[in-house]
Amino acid sequence: MALSSESIRNVPTGPSRKGPTGIEPARVTAGQPGSDKGTVTLEGDTARIDARGIYYKTLNEQIREALDLGARTVILDHVNGQRYIGAGLHAQGVTLVVNGVPGNDLATFMDGPTVIVNENAQDGIGNTMNSGLVVVNGDAGDVLGYGMRGGRLYVRGDVGYRVGIHMKAFGEAHPVIVAGGRARDFFGEYMAGGELILLGLGESDDALVGSYVGTGMHGGVIFLRGTVAEHQLGKEVGVAEPDAADQARLEEVVGDFCRVMQLDATAVLAEPFVKLYPYSHRPYGKLYAY
Amino acid sequence: MAELTFVRPEFRVRIDRETCIKCGRCVHQCGWSVYHLDEEGRPIPDHAKCAACHRCVTFCPTDSITIEKNPLAYKDSDSMSPAHRKAIWRQAETGGVLLTGMGNDRPYLRIFDHLLLDACQVTNPSIDPLREPMELRTFLGRKPDFVQVAMGDNGSGPRLLTELDPQLKLETPIMFGGMSFGSVSLNVHRALAMAAKESGTYMNTGEGGLHADLEPYQDHIIVQCASGRFGVHADYLQAGAAVEIKIGQGAKPGIGGHLPGEKIDEQVSTTRMIPQGTDALSPAPHHDIYSIEDLRQLIYAIKEATGYKPVSVKIAAVHNVAAIASGVVRAGADIVYLDGFRGGTGAAPTVIRDHVGIPIEIAIAVVDQRLRDEGIRNRASIVAAGGIRSSADVAKAIALGADACGIGTPVLVAMGCHVCQKCHTGCCSWGITTQRPELTRRLDPEWGAERVSNLVRAWSHEVAEILGALGVNAIESLRGSRERLRALGLDESTMRILGVKPAGVGH
Repeated sequence: MALSSESIRNVPTGPSRKGPTGIEPARVTAGQPGSDKGTVTLEGDTARIDARGIYYKTLNEQIREALDLGARTVILDHVNGQRYIGAGLHAQGVTLVVNGVPGNDLATFMDGPTVIVNENAQDGIGNTMNSGLVVVNGDAGDVLGYGMRGGRLYVRGDVGYRVGIHMKAFGEAHPVIVAGGRARDFFGEYMAGGELILLGLGESDDALVGSYVGTGMHGGVIFLRGTVAEHQLGKEVGVAEPDAADQARLEEVVGDFCRVMQLDATAVLAEPFVKLYPYSHRPYGKLYAY
Repeated sequence: MAELTFVRPEFRVRIDRETCIKCGRCVHQCGWSVYHLDEEGRPIPDHAKCAACHRCVTFCPTDSITIEKNPLAYKDSDSMSPAHRKAIWRQAETGGVLLTGMGNDRPYLRIFDHLLLDACQVTNPSIDPLREPMELRTFLGRKPDFVQVAMGDNGSGPRLLTELDPQLKLETPIMFGGMSFGSVSLNVHRALAMAAKESGTYMNTGEGGLHADLEPYQDHIIVQCASGRFGVHADYLQAGAAVEIKIGQGAKPGIGGHLPGEKIDEQVSTTRMIPQGTDALSPAPHHDIYSIEDLRQLIYAIKEATGYKPVSVKIAAVHNVAAIASGVVRAGADIVYLDGFRGGTGAAPTVIRDHVGIPIEIAIAVVDQRLRDEGIRNRASIVAAGGIRSSADVAKAIALGADACGIGTPVLVAMGCHVCQKCHTGCCSWGITTQRPELTRRLDPEWGAERVSNLVRAWSHEVAEILGALGVNAIESLRGSRERLRALGLDESTMRILGVKPAGVGH
C-alpha cells in the first residue's frame, strides 16, 4: 500500500493538551535529536567516528554498531559534550578513544572496556561502573566513581566535589580511583570499599583536598600524598601512616598510574602518604533501639 | 534475671495446660524464642518476647495457645499515652533511635474509608462482568500527545504511523511494590516472581539486586536502582522489564536505609555485591541527583544502558508532591510511582514512619490534577502505593487518577504475615522478613505464589464487579473519573483537594 493513496490524520489521544491554566505544555525531548549520523571509517579492527555535531543517542548507537561489526578500538573525533559514552557497555578487550571533551556519565554502568580521554572530562565518570579502565588526560568534574564496584579511573589533573562516593568492593571486584591533582569536598563520602588515591602533583594554591573527607566511610582506604588536617575529616575516619603492605600496594597502583600518564613513579612515591581508614564497618551499629 | 525494664510485656501468652500435649512445637515455631521447656516438658513462655505473630497459635496441634493483650492498667492520660511512656523508657534505657517495621499504624484519617463508589440504576444500566467482557488490562508508560494514522482510501483500515514508547503490559491494574532481598527472604522473592508471571503483572526487586534464581522470571520483574546501587550493574539493568529509580519511600520519606550487617549473609552479599557482615547503607539522597536535571541524567543513563526500557521513578508522598511529580515527568520518567505515608518498610525509625509524609489518596489527586493542568498527564503513568488494603482501595485510587496500584503489605499478609511490625528484628517466624535459614525455609515459594496469585485474581474479579456496577466495561473508563466518587464525612478543603463531591450531591 503506497503512502500516496493514504490520507494522514493526527488523532489526539486525549482532551486538549492545553490545561485550564492555558499554559502550552513544554516539549520534553532528550536534547536536540538530529537525523545526522557521524562519519564512520573502519580499518581493520579500528573504527573512527567523527562526532562533530552528532546527537549523543545517535553517537552511542554508532559506537555499539561499530563494536558489533567487529571493531576493537573505536576512535571518536571532535567529541563535544556528548553524554553517556560507553554507558552500559559490557565487553572485554575493547578500547574507546575520546578526542575532545566527553559529556557527563562517561562509562556509567560500564563493564570491561577501556576508555581514554585525551582532554578534560565532565561529571559522573564511572557511575556504578563494574570493571574496565578510564583514563582522563586532563581535569575531571564532580561525582566521579559514584557507587563504583570495580575497575580503575585515572585522572591526570584535578577532580571536583563528591569523588568516590559510596565506592564498594566485592570479591574480585576492587575499584581504584587515582587523581594526579587535587580534590574538593566530600572525597570518599560513604565509602564502602576500594581505594582512593590523591597525589597533589604540580603547583597549585588549592588545598590537596577539601572538607568532609570520608564522612560515613565504612570500608576501603584513602591514600593522600601530603597531609590533611583533623577538621577536614569525617568523624568515622582514622589516620595512619601506610605500613609495608600499604607501601607495596601504593607502588603497584601509583606505579601503574605513572606508567599510563608517563610520569616518574620514583619521584611521585618519594613523598610521604597518609592513609585514611574507617574506624568501623558498622558505623551505625549502635544507633538503634530494638 | 534480665535487666530491669519499665517496659512491661505487650502481650500475655496463655497455654491451656489441660489440653497441651507437651509436643514442643511452639518452642520450635517461635522465631522470637518466647518458649522454653521446663523439666516436666511443659512450654514456659517469656511474655516480653511475644510479638503476637500467631505462628505458635497456628501450629499448635491442640489449639492450646492464645495470645492476649496485657491488661495491665496505666493511669489515664490522653496526652502521655502508655505508648509514649514506653517509648521514653526504652530510649532512656538505650539512648537509641526507636526502630519499627511495616507501615504507619497511627489513627490518622483513612480517606479511602470516607470515599464511596457510584453505581448505575434504571437509566444507565449496569453490566454483569460474569457474562460480558471486562477489560482490566493496563499499559504503563509514556503515551504520545497524538497519534498519526494513515487512512487507506481503498477501504483498507487505518494504519498507525506513530512509533509508540515502550509500555509495561499488566493484565490487571495491580503490581507488587519494591521489597529487597535482604529485607525479605529469597523465598519471598521467588514466590513474588512466580506470582507476577502467573498473574500477568510485575514484581519489583527493591534495592537488593536480582538473585540468579529469578532470571527465568525477568520479563515480569522491575529492577530497582537506589542510592546504595546495591547489585546494580549493566546486566542487572538489562535483565528487568523496566528500571525503577528509587528516590523515596512512603514509610520513610527523606531518609535512607541501613540493612544491618547481621542480615548480610552469603546469599544477600552475593546478590547485593557487598562483603558479608558489613552494614549496607543506602544514603538518604542519591549523591548524583541534586536537581531535576540530575534526575534526567540518571534516567537517560539508564535508558542508554538498557536500549530505552521504561524508567519508573518512585517518590514518597510529601507536601510538595505535585510539583515534584511534575519535575519527575519532565525529567523523562515513564512511570511515577507514588508511595503514601502508610506504606510498609523492612525497617524505619518509628518517628519517621509515624509522622512524615501525606496520605496516598491526597497525593494521587493532586499529582493527577497537576499533570493534567500542565498538559503532561499522558507523558507518564501514575502507580499508587502505600496504604492499599483491598480491591475497593484499588478502584478508588484509580478513580482518583492512578493508572495502577502497587501492593506490598497485602502480598506479605497473603503469605502469612500477621502485621506484627517486627520486620526489623530479622526474627520473622513466618520466614518472610528474615535471613535465618531455619525460618526462611518455612515459606514454600510455590505455596506463596499460589496464595498471592489467588489474592490478585480475587481482587481483579472484585474490581471487575465494581466496574460492572458503575456501568463501564474497561478500567480505562474509571481512571481519573472522580465524578464516580462521593465523600462521606470529609471536610470541605479535603474534598476540594480530592476533587470529590459530598455524598448526596448528584451530577
